Amino acid sequence: MLLFPLPHFPRFPIYSCSSSATKRRGTAMAAKLLSRLRQLDTRLISLQHQRPFFRNARLFSGQQIPSSDSHPSLPPTPTPTPLPPPSAGSAGEKRQRTSSLKDHELAKFAAISDTWWDSEGPFKPLHAMNPTRLAFIRSTLCRHFSKDPNVPKPFDGLEIVDVGCGGGILSEPLARLGATVTGVDAVEKNIKIAHLHADLDPTTSTIDYVCTTAEKLVEEGRQFDAVMSLEVIEHVADPAEFCKSLAALTRPGGAVVISTINRSIRAYAAAIVAAEYILHWLPRGTHQWSSFLTPEELVMILKRSSIDVEEMAGFVLNPLTGKWLLSDDVSVNFIAFATKKAEG
Amino acid sequence: MNRLVARRNLYSNHDQLKFPWKRGFCSGGEAAAAAGSSPSSGHLNHQDKHGTFTGNEQPYDLAIVGGGMVGMALACSLATKPLTKHLKVAIIDSNPALAKKLSIKREDPPDPRVSTVTPATIAYFQDAGAWQHVQQHRHAYFDKMQVWDYTGLGYTTYDARDVDKDVLGCVVENRVLHSSLLSRIEDTDFQKMIYPSRLASMIRYPSSSLKADDNTREASYTKAGLVKLEMSDGSSLYTKLVVGADGAKSQVRTLAGFRTTGWNYSQNAIICTVEHSVENHTAWQRFLPDGPIALLPIGNNFSNIVWTMNPEQSSDLTAMNEDEFVKAVNHALDHGYGPHPKSSFSNGTNKFSFLGGNLTMSINESFEVPPKVVKLASKRAAFPLSLMHANDYIAKRIVLIGDAAHAVHPLAGQGVNLGFGDAFTLSRIIGEGVAVGTDIGEVSLLRKYEAERKPANVAMMALLDGFQKLYSVDFGPLNALRAAAFHAANYISPLKRSIISYASGEQRLPMFP
Repeated sequence: MLLFPLPHFPRFPIYSCSSSATKRRGTAMAAKLLSRLRQLDTRLISLQHQRPFFRNARLFSGQQIPSSDSHPSLPPTPTPTPLPPPSAGSAGEKRQRTSSLKDHELAKFAAISDTWWDSEGPFKPLHAMNPTRLAFIRSTLCRHFSKDPNVPKPFDGLEIVDVGCGGGILSEPLARLGATVTGVDAVEKNIKIAHLHADLDPTTSTIDYVCTTAEKLVEEGRQFDAVMSLEVIEHVADPAEFCKSLAALTRPGGAVVISTINRSIRAYAAAIVAAEYILHWLPRGTHQWSSFLTPEELVMILKRSSIDVEEMAGFVLNPLTGKWLLSDDVSVNFIAFATKKAEG
Repeated sequence: MNRLVARRNLYSNHDQLKFPWKRGFCSGGEAAAAAGSSPSSGHLNHQDKHGTFTGNEQPYDLAIVGGGMVGMALACSLATKPLTKHLKVAIIDSNPALAKKLSIKREDPPDPRVSTVTPATIAYFQDAGAWQHVQQHRHAYFDKMQVWDYTGLGYTTYDARDVDKDVLGCVVENRVLHSSLLSRIEDTDFQKMIYPSRLASMIRYPSSSLKADDNTREASYTKAGLVKLEMSDGSSLYTKLVVGADGAKSQVRTLAGFRTTGWNYSQNAIICTVEHSVENHTAWQRFLPDGPIALLPIGNNFSNIVWTMNPEQSSDLTAMNEDEFVKAVNHALDHGYGPHPKSSFSNGTNKFSFLGGNLTMSINESFEVPPKVVKLASKRAAFPLSLMHANDYIAKRIVLIGDAAHAVHPLAGQGVNLGFGDAFTLSRIIGEGVAVGTDIGEVSLLRKYEAERKPANVAMMALLDGFQKLYSVDFGPLNALRAAAFHAANYISPLKRSIISYASGEQRLPMFP
């Protein structure tokens, strides 16, 4: 069935094991899915024993393991108190557990943040894919909010938040299309880069970049017409929590757009082996296959947060022309458009 | 250890609120370069941030250098599409016809500078709504074309009905095309600003490498990502994208450092307008030993002559008096240099009927002699011919269209049609870029334009150059080969249809359906 031998390439092995374990433990899934995942878990736990540093760090962190029939969802913030804080890193870990982010992931991105706007650098696939994602976003959002797509600024009057905006690759086109954009990222360097680049053009200089997390925005009580989170959820420690935060950020009747990579064998071959190791499009270790979500899982965790996925599309790369196209094939990259029910 | 420390720093930065204005008070505007960025002074609006730009110095979206037919075609196409009509465009051309539209009356004698527009170009004009303006002036559709050479061994007749169309093309004066495009733009409320001078220099401000720890912003950031154009009369402007539509001796191409490939044909072309006593609805082209002579109908019994020859002959012919010249033209079109080709047998079976399929109508047309020229109706002008192709059409924030990117031999009347193809394609691609919020000067967008136009242009240029070389040699076996080619094109119907549809612009590349 599923037990594909996990890649064990030396770059970030520690991170992958611990984070997957935490995520798997924390997420409530359907029984069938859970058993599938538990099989994955046992293998990971066995690998854990080889790395004593992380023994007590995150594995048994005091989070309740929910039984699938009692609680459909986790309590919003896992309790940090039972854990004794012996090491210096515990303060950070405490914070890490209250947010859905994985810090090693942040460090990965902080290391290459200067290259965000280098269209030949490590973010080249993102730049290449950007027009295609925007075409999907444009058509779905225009349809949902009944906007005329034949105008240069169809998103005029819409408030959009780009969670995990990075260097602003998505935020800037959204601002050019007329939206009031707030860009959010947990890596300070990214926000700086995004700010500098956006200031080059008066249209995009109106973007509000904030270095924070989705959870903190929820705590502030902010809400938006549309919430974008593209290529973020596979780097997040707790996708279900993350989706809850995204849902809380959306106004009733608003839209959520999430894009990620499918946890399929084809995606392993394409997005990890080909992209990272053969073609060197991405730095090694950018993605962990076990962090990917299948479309069904994404639909489910969004549903748990009262967000209904209405449309889904895949991105396919034509190797001859080098162009990305929208298609029905969701086996590698896919994007989902979802809405929150309007009140009443 | 480093990892743990780094992790804490990420959060501590945020907690100390080092950048308070980012919390959403003002729209992301930071203090301009001069200020030391104290948080209280962070309350700026957009105008102040781009402090160097006052009201009329606001950067343009596009600057079209060269307001000729192709430049105005781009402007017209942008003006008439909903996604691009909001763009601010500057047109740089010292031609007074741009600022003050000259009125062309029907009674005016025809200008010898004419172009043959293919049906594909006519379709582009119709989409943009400019063709109706062309139809109000003198224009001549033609539905037949006859091509033969001096050896008298073969000829080809093309008819629009071979491909189930009404016309093979339309011959229109250049000034009519230009003013029609201008009229169409005037009808819309397109924001264009005409700079009546020549381009002197071009400075491209790079969006310099962004480093995250660079908190202070330099003044150059306000101009980063823009190109500054300075004109010969001292004015200057900033723009996001520069379009070089300034012809074969393009200033934009030189300033930007584009390299070109090409060679001079040691040939000049003489153009003039002539008059007949009868109407002419056919395009005639005869290949002579030194180059082809073409007779194109312009309407009202007038025709345009394009005669390619050696530079010495061209100076002789321009110098001689008008009657002599008319005699020379008639000689060249009729019995001069060689006999008439024999007509095909209109009765009896066709040698190539084994190929099956629908035979084209024009197979059965016999050879016709072009109408006699009665008198010369304009001055004669001669200009040298050459082939030129820019190795790249694009650079960051710069793109070339029209003759600035490629110059071809006039033997098939394709030159300006390639240019119009460039202009309308670029306009479509800019529209697609605006639809997804791209910065229109981005190389990835411009590359789409290059990928679409370069293969088509290069293919056409290669074919035309091939023809030019093929017809410039007088050598027995080669003559026979050319005669065979004439026969093949005339009698093999699928080949003829393919030739017509490629020359009409319906097909982008030769040989591929």
